Amino acid sequence: MSTTPRLPIYLDHAATTPCDPRVVEAMLPYFTTKFGNPGSRNHQFGWDAEAGVETARAQVASLLNCDEKEVIFTGGATEGNNLAIRGAALMYEKNAAGSGLSRGHIITCNIEHKAVLDPCKRLQKEGFEVIFLEPPRDGIVTVDMVKAAMREDTILVTIMWANNEIGTINEIKKIGELCKSRDVIFHTDATQWVGKMPTDVYGDNIDLLSFSGHKIYGPKGVGGLFVRRKKPRVRLTPLVDGGGQERGFRSGTLNVTGIVGLGKACEIAQQEMAADAVRLSRMRKRLEDTITSRLDTCAINGHREQRLPHITNISFGFVEGESLMMAIKEIACSSGSACTSASLEPSYVLKGIGVGDDLAHSSLRLSLGRWTTEEEIDYTAEKIIAAVNKLRALSPLYDMHKEGIDLSKVEWAHH
Amino acid sequence: MAYGPKIIDHYENPRNVGSFGTQAEIKQRKDVGVGLVGAPECGDVMQLQIKVDPATGKIADAKFKTFGCGSAIASSSLATEWLKGKSIDEAEAIKNTAIVEELALPPVKIHCSVLAEDAIHAAIEDYKKKNGIPTDAPTATAKH
Repeated sequence: MSTTPRLPIYLDHAATTPCDPRVVEAMLPYFTTKFGNPGSRNHQFGWDAEAGVETARAQVASLLNCDEKEVIFTGGATEGNNLAIRGAALMYEKNAAGSGLSRGHIITCNIEHKAVLDPCKRLQKEGFEVIFLEPPRDGIVTVDMVKAAMREDTILVTIMWANNEIGTINEIKKIGELCKSRDVIFHTDATQWVGKMPTDVYGDNIDLLSFSGHKIYGPKGVGGLFVRRKKPRVRLTPLVDGGGQERGFRSGTLNVTGIVGLGKACEIAQQEMAADAVRLSRMRKRLEDTITSRLDTCAINGHREQRLPHITNISFGFVEGESLMMAIKEIACSSGSACTSASLEPSYVLKGIGVGDDLAHSSLRLSLGRWTTEEEIDYTAEKIIAAVNKLRALSPLYDMHKEGIDLSKVEWAHH
Repeated sequence: MAYGPKIIDHYENPRNVGSFGTQAEIKQRKDVGVGLVGAPECGDVMQLQIKVDPATGKIADAKFKTFGCGSAIASSSLATEWLKGKSIDEAEAIKNTAIVEELALPPVKIHCSVLAEDAIHAAIEDYKKKNGIPTDAPTATAKH
């Protein structure tokens, strides 16, 4: 370690990112001087606010490669996912509620974000049939898996572009083609993808795409939803009724400051994401190579190549997740285990791709960002290696493993 | 999880870490009692060992290794400190509530102290079995 970087180190960019100062700069006038309601059509304040919103809409459209009219502003990706999934299901249902017949078939996957899984589960309770695809150990949802699940009455496919815990990239372009050929609406939760990787909703045959501002160095509480307007013109049943803003898809006075910030974040992302991807991928390799070359029994989860450049998810055998987090408390990252309560709940994503409970508990998700430095990466690697070594020196399981005892054959006293 | 200073201290400077030999060796040693409790998929495994001085019948040394959270490590570390110098009967009387109190364990971590008490009992029982001393307590390492 050459120098100690400023602590704590933030390596949780898949959870949220700091706002880019250029984004904050762009937002500021809209809090004070240009504070108008874009719905006020007959004075300068309203016109100024509207101009800010429309600039942002153009910036988003440019990043997604769609028409400005196809961008709906939301309160974030959770809302975008709910509006897209629920809105499409209710609009395209095959049979009415209460008819006793299936209202329609929906395809999703068991390692989607909760903001997709939970709306799907609610629809399931309300009479839709939902299949949750189970990707294999590499975490990739393929077009063949979707094809095999397709039925005559499939109305919606919702598959995330890239996974938030392991960063794996699904076969979105091919799934888009398949859905188009079957006239099935295709939604993708692109929260981790947009602004990091090139997006072309038309080239990739996407009908609905949701994403969020705060994952791309924009503000929290704002997001975007692409709703295709031609071939086909996608319709949605709105979740919120009222003043009819956002072409009736999302009533409510627009979050002008947030929207302006989101637009600016998209513009910056478009200019910088290619260079960021190269740099982050190089730093991640350095992090992974250092750790895996110096620690035995650790594994990188998910497909090694087909994944986002800034996320890594590593499991460490024979150490426990919470004590590992305690040992690296200067590093802000996510653990594969939500063990703040007595009952340990390993990540459903890792479990979903077949990682055992013991390894899922002792996993770390490290996600790099625009201002991550090599010093931070080197410090983090050393800290993790030291922590795992320390905890293994304490671990009876590691001793047993070293002595050649098969831990799966031991009769444990379960509690 | 926000922990108190005593847990942090035991976690950062665990006392009496180690083993009196490999798994095969400690099985053979009559002066050593071993308690192995918990399960990897539950996130806690404690291995507690006591070495008894045959002349005095007192616990001359104790060691532990724990796979688990900070509280589990602290509970077993504290247990080894308390075991040293105690007679078997005194050791058997150690209660999990005393560990909870000493470390100020948060309510969701009380199971760690229970596991430490189980480990103490299992180690004592192993020692008694090896030395033909009758045990009255039910086996702590229940096999489900």
